[in-house]
This record gives sequence, C-alpha cells and structure tokens, in this order.
Amino acid sequence: MEQKTKIHAENGKQELLITREFDLPVDLLFKAYAEPGIVEQWMGTKVLKLENRRHGSWQFETTDPKGNKHGFNGTIHEFEPGRKITRTFEMENGSFGVQLEFLEFESLTDDTSKLSIHIIFRSVALRDQLLQLPFTFGINMAHNRLEEVLNKLK
Amino acid sequence: MNLRRDVFQAIADPTRRTILLLVASQAMTAGAIAAKFDTARPTVSKHLQILTECELLRQEQNGREIYYHLNPLKMKEIADFVEPFRMLWEERFNKLESIMKQYKPDK
Repeated sequence: MEQKTKIHAENGKQELLITREFDLPVDLLFKAYAEPGIVEQWMGTKVLKLENRRHGSWQFETTDPKGNKHGFNGTIHEFEPGRKITRTFEMENGSFGVQLEFLEFESLTDDTSKLSIHIIFRSVALRDQLLQLPFTFGINMAHNRLEEVLNKLK
Repeated sequence: MNLRRDVFQAIADPTRRTILLLVASQAMTAGAIAAKFDTARPTVSKHLQILTECELLRQEQNGREIYYHLNPLKMKEIADFVEPFRMLWEERFNKLESIMKQYKPDK
C-alpha cells in the first residue's frame, strides 16, 4: 500500500518535512486545523486556546493513558485561511525547546489537497531526539490508542 | 564482550555523521578519513571504532590497507527509525480525513 504520509528528514539537518495528501477539499483540510472542536477530535488533545490570527497564541493539553497532563503551546505568526499557518510549537516541561512550523495547504483538485509541514529545530540533535521519541515510546501510545478505539467499538 | 552501541547513539555525533557521508561515496582508509578533519587522528580512530562496533561501517583488508565501507543494511535501520514517527502522523491524518469527510457545515 502506498504511504500517504511522508517524512523527509535529511541526515545532519535541523529540519523536518512532513507531507500528506488528503481526499478532502483544501477548505475542509484547513478547517481541521482552525476549528478547536475539530482539532480536539483528530489530535486527541484538549484545546485550551486557539487564536487564529497574527500574534495570536495557542495552547493544547493532552492527557496520556496514565492520566498525566502534557501541555503544548506556541504563537501564531501567519494565518491565511486555506493557504498557510506559521507558528511556533513548544512542549511544556520538555527538553526539545521551541520549534518553528510552516504549514502550507495546497489544493490539488476540487476534492483533494496537500498539506506540507516544514519544522525547524534549534539543533540537529534536538530534531533526531524528537524523531526517536515515538520509536521509543510511541509504539505503546499507539497501542493504547488502538485499544481505546477498539473498546469503543465493543 | 561487545559494548552496547546502537546506531542512534552513533549518528547523534556530527563528526560520525560526516564520516558516514564521506564513506558513502567511496570506501576509505582511516588515514584518508582522518585527513579530512582537523581533529587528532586518535579521535577519528575512536569514531571509526564506534561506527564499526555498531556495524554502520565494515572493515575490509586490501593489501596492507584497511578500507572502511558503509554497511547499507544498517543504514536502512536508521531510515526505519523514522517509521514510528511517520506512523503516528499517518494515524492522526487518517483520523483528520475521516472526521472531515463526515463534516457538515453549520447552516
């Protein structure tokens, strides 16, 4: 099966490119990033604040399966509906520092669209650490999440 | 006994990443590799030892010289370490897609 989500992480660079094509018109894709209620659903997080404007800020809070709360926040630098979002991203109490994210939304056809997320880290080491995080812990997280979804189906 | 060295520890160092890049284009001797760096020869040797221990490099005797080769199979392991990260996003984006396919705008 073709992989829809692609990760481009060149060796020795402090950046990361995530791309994905969606069977959605670009407006709907953008909406999934702009509307707090929808962000909460697909990111599996609580949206405490999401000010979609230049100089606005955002704040999410995720509760892990053990009940620990994890905060994320950042500032929005550019917000152009249906086109792009430029923002910072920081994991609270984390050791990854601040990341700069460029999100670009592109219409491919009337019903398909593409999202490109360009993330810049302070250092190569921080990028590699973040990439390895799911390698170490993510499998458990994905399994828990899967379990959760399966339990709901019962 | 083997020291426990993993590929991620090996590639966390910029000098070692540069060595991998150098050797990727052609097999090289320790001397030729060391000549590319300002650091002391023993330092480079140490890096080569680590890369060899975690099997990112292979040594091959050619006459009197030992050449360092890249081990493509082990390099693939590094490429694959991104896979769980990719899967995490794939899962999230699939969810986004299915939610938005059901989405009915407020009238």
